[in-house]
Amino acid sequence: QVTNYVMVSAKKFARENLFSLLLVQTKSKKTLAKPGVKNIVLVEGVRTPFLLSGTIYNDFMAHDLARAALLGLLNKTSLPKDAVDYIVYGTVIQEVKTSNVAREAALGAGISEKIPAHTVTMACISANQAITTAVGLIAAGQCDVVVAGGVETMSDMPIRHSRKMRKTMLTLNKAKTLSQRLTLLSKIRLGYLTPELPALTEFSTNETMGHSADRLTAAFGVSRREQDEFAFRSHSLAKKAQDAGLLSDVLSVNVPGKGIVSKDNGIRPSSMEQLEKLKPVFIKPHGTITPASSSFLTDGASAVLLMSEEKALAMGYKPKAYLRDFVFVSQDPKDQLLLGPSYATPEVLEKSGITLDDIDVFEFHEGQILANLKAMDSDWFAQTCMGRKSKVGVLPIEKLNLWGGSLSLGHPFGATGARLVTAAVNRLKKEGGQYALVAACAAGGQVVFDL
Amino acid sequence: MASIRALGVLSRMNSRRPCLFTGHAVRNFASSAAVLARTHVNYEVKEDVAVIRINDPNSKVNTLSAQMESELTQVMNEIWANDAVKSAVLISTKPSCFIAGADINMIQACKSAEEVTKLSQEGQMMFDRIEKSPKPIVAAINGSCLGGGLEFAIACQYRVATKSKKTVLGTPEVMLGLLPGAGGTQRLPKLVGLPSALDMMLTGRNIRADKAKKMGLVHQLVDPLGPGLKSPEERTIEYLEEVAIGFAKGILSKKIPLTKEKSLMQKVQDYVMGIEFVRKQIYNTVNKRVMKQTKGLYPAPLKIIESVQTGIEQGPEAGYLFESQNFGKLAMTSESNALIGLYHGQVACKKNHFGTPQKEVKTLAILGAGLMGAGIAQVTIDKGIRTVLKDTTEEGLNRGQQQIYKGLDDKTKKKSITSFERDNTLSNLIAQLDYQNFDKVDMVIEAVFEDLHIKHQVLKEVEAVVAPDCIFATNTSALPIKDIAAASKRPDKVIGMHYFSPVDKMQLLEIITTDKTSKDTTASAVAVGLKQGKVIIVVGDGPGFYTTRCLAPMLAEAVRVLQEGVDPKKLDSLTTGFGFPVGTATLADEVGIDVAAHVAEDLGKAFGTRFGGGNVEMLKAMVEKGFKGRKSGVGCYLYKEGTKNKEVNPGFQEILGSFKMTPSAAVSSDADVQYRLVSRFVNEAVLCLQEGILSSPVEGDVGAVFGLGFPPCLGGPFRFVDTFGADKLVQKMKRYEEVYGNHFTPCQLLLDHAKDSSKKFHK
Repeated sequence: QVTNYVMVSAKKFARENLFSLLLVQTKSKKTLAKPGVKNIVLVEGVRTPFLLSGTIYNDFMAHDLARAALLGLLNKTSLPKDAVDYIVYGTVIQEVKTSNVAREAALGAGISEKIPAHTVTMACISANQAITTAVGLIAAGQCDVVVAGGVETMSDMPIRHSRKMRKTMLTLNKAKTLSQRLTLLSKIRLGYLTPELPALTEFSTNETMGHSADRLTAAFGVSRREQDEFAFRSHSLAKKAQDAGLLSDVLSVNVPGKGIVSKDNGIRPSSMEQLEKLKPVFIKPHGTITPASSSFLTDGASAVLLMSEEKALAMGYKPKAYLRDFVFVSQDPKDQLLLGPSYATPEVLEKSGITLDDIDVFEFHEGQILANLKAMDSDWFAQTCMGRKSKVGVLPIEKLNLWGGSLSLGHPFGATGARLVTAAVNRLKKEGGQYALVAACAAGGQVVFDL
Repeated sequence: MASIRALGVLSRMNSRRPCLFTGHAVRNFASSAAVLARTHVNYEVKEDVAVIRINDPNSKVNTLSAQMESELTQVMNEIWANDAVKSAVLISTKPSCFIAGADINMIQACKSAEEVTKLSQEGQMMFDRIEKSPKPIVAAINGSCLGGGLEFAIACQYRVATKSKKTVLGTPEVMLGLLPGAGGTQRLPKLVGLPSALDMMLTGRNIRADKAKKMGLVHQLVDPLGPGLKSPEERTIEYLEEVAIGFAKGILSKKIPLTKEKSLMQKVQDYVMGIEFVRKQIYNTVNKRVMKQTKGLYPAPLKIIESVQTGIEQGPEAGYLFESQNFGKLAMTSESNALIGLYHGQVACKKNHFGTPQKEVKTLAILGAGLMGAGIAQVTIDKGIRTVLKDTTEEGLNRGQQQIYKGLDDKTKKKSITSFERDNTLSNLIAQLDYQNFDKVDMVIEAVFEDLHIKHQVLKEVEAVVAPDCIFATNTSALPIKDIAAASKRPDKVIGMHYFSPVDKMQLLEIITTDKTSKDTTASAVAVGLKQGKVIIVVGDGPGFYTTRCLAPMLAEAVRVLQEGVDPKKLDSLTTGFGFPVGTATLADEVGIDVAAHVAEDLGKAFGTRFGGGNVEMLKAMVEKGFKGRKSGVGCYLYKEGTKNKEVNPGFQEILGSFKMTPSAAVSSDADVQYRLVSRFVNEAVLCLQEGILSSPVEGDVGAVFGLGFPPCLGGPFRFVDTFGADKLVQKMKRYEEVYGNHFTPCQLLLDHAKDSSKKFHK
């Protein structure tokens, strides 16, 4: 287990981008509709169970997971396979054999080969990017029905030969005579055989994500205790939601040779005492982030069905929420790597003309969320770093991630975005709220409304 | 074995460490009331940890001044006496300086070696008490930790440093002709091992935090923080303090071990170093290498080795005694005096004395992508200035771009920058063949061929396309600026910026103003030069300005010496033996024989027979045969890729044969040859001051050392006259004058100084 956690440092994938999205419940009186802009609705959202990497999904490739989510969505909504206009998926670590994983998944799910599909990547908000791509396609009148989602598997990853070895092998292809080949082969040294793992660090700063996160918590003075408490909260809430059957977006997936999986397996409520015993993983010995306060490596896929409102109604669907406004912002990748929500939240609120108090449901990605909460509550930060007159405000924690989050449910990089949106929508329904705000680091801001 | 590196004083007098010692006046602690209100050091007890904060309110950096030391002693005594305190953290509240060293003025104020020795012993005693402290002390280091600062830190029980780029550790005393005099020569070898310790102390180089951790110089690293709820600087120091307190508590509770388990390599090294024979070999090898590099002209490195050796072989008592006594002796040497003078000069030449320019240069254009042009571009783009590099041919432009890429890529390979930073820096470079967008350029530096007609043509082309307030700087080594400016519509915007090749290595920039150049133009040129990291002298206009003008008569003399039958290798060893980093024959090859011929002819015309000596025709004959120096692969020497051993060019010897002159035995001893070369250089420098080309002797010394490689141990031509004695120099020159005539006629200012020995260039 520990190795699993420690490898979270492989999470270079949250980059400097930030995202937030505003959702509106479809039944709201105030839908924040904009004149001349099409209403875009979320009809349904699903996901495979999120599992610890190296467990039950061990033999799956990414497109297998994506296919499972896609099929699950089609079945749940009884959407005819030929009614889909377009498919977009987000992913972070690409399997080179299936670089357009959206297309492979769609073909495997029996969707017509005439339906185009593409894959996007934007670190931890890749699925958010897929969703907003879909929104763009619908808003522009290109499509009416789009499936967007995300997928990630960390049970397998492309480990390459070293550059020198690859170079030799490629030259070998061109060698014509035996002697040329032998000369090339004789140049291979032991060092050439060292494999190259997917980069563990930010390309531009050479810093691992965990390291960056630990510096960020220190910059905002987030204590070890606060982090342990938050991790404890996340696991407890997730457990409660799971037991109460609130995680209705989770599909049952049949894994060949292993049986049916229908529950997330990373939720492990423990005690504060146990959490206190854990040692820091990234900055030793004085860091504050432990395996509990960072997400574990996760496999999983998610999908949402988006339509124009007219189309949804015409097809007889009851849309769950309007996708109203979204924002992507970018920050310095060194010192503000994980501060996305702080930057994106106020922007999306301003665009929509509502305030923090109007929001009923917050679904934030749990990457360094505490630092973000402190940043939003700091006048100094607002004035110095965000160029705002005053702080964004205190985020009501009683409305935040009530059904667990990335720390407890897991964080398959490419898939988390769609999980956040679906969770926000389902919570709006359940709690009877009007507005939901989704935010994640690596980039952007979306706001969701319930219909 | 030990990676002992050269003592390259010249290249190491690097501006990046200007806070090594500061020049602020010796404390105003006349009133002993200072005891009550401490201004430099205070402390706070957090639980059972005393946090000692140091901050010199009168300076940007902390130095171990008398005031600082006395307050530190008081504070330490209080902490030791306080039973509630179990451990301590030592930290500076300055954002980029822990302690930058001892107060140099305190040393310079001493009149005798004994006085300096006493200072050293006081320091040794203070750090001895720190080392033996019953309560563990953690040094929390952020920013420069140099000289006495490092000696302080290594006396503490534990060291934590931030991984900031500003955090550097080192013992730069050697660059001032001194040795680490507060226990450094004794503690450092124990801490990092004999080879690394000698390397640090003999080179004086700065060590970055991550390297320091690897060497065992610090125990832990702390990452600098980005913006959070406070400014990054403020929060980083706060965080460093929090972490250091954690370690202080950890040491007390024995959770944090003070000694690290040694790696196998270290154990092996320790074992090997335990053998007396091996140590002896090391001392010998290092000694030999130092002698080879310094020609015995610098006493400090030898004393450092001896001090380390005494401590290890005869025990600490003898070691500490040797260290303090020799610190005192070294402080009184002329070499140390010269190096300290240069240090002060360098600091003075790193300031803009012409005010803030009205308009900041944000876009700079460079004409000519040759060695010089590309070099200027390289030191400009990494300062965030958009730089247009223009050439007339695609081939030339490509060559220039390759040179810049290589320069930055070499830094990447040495890991001083990341590949990302390299690419980002290169994005500031715009290479083009035309004058597109020149209307948005704030300053143009031309580095085209040294020909007045071409310079005029370029000037007119530029003035036709640039905005009216754009500055035109010309990079020439000898053409008078006023002649170039004659073609300008706005001579107030024309200025000379004389860079030295290779631009990324040579620190000097000589800025030349004409009587028409406006003050704002000068301020702007100086501002750009400072951004490029240059040490700047501003001189008046005239043929050869200051630097070229001093070099020309020395080169003329060198040619004569060669014509008189001295072998080029012999000539080189005579000049390096005098302290020049590069021998004169090699220097001529580096400058380029064609350039030398050009300059010699031009200046010969301007100054007449006084600039004679060797025959210019001989240089021309070399150029005709293609012997243009290093750039053509053949000059006085033959240059071959990959080998360092160079052979004298037989073709050159042939030419020498046909220009043979008969030496005069009376003035041809080795020493006479040396003084013939140097006295012409020095006389011309003094004449430049006399004529007002130079505005101060300080700039003259800095220019000669940093631009031309005048021996740093002599401190520059003016300090040389002060130390050697103007009268003695004049005597020598008179003797040479009898043989060679007006080449050796001392100038009036030099004669004045010879007559009155109380006259000194440096007070």
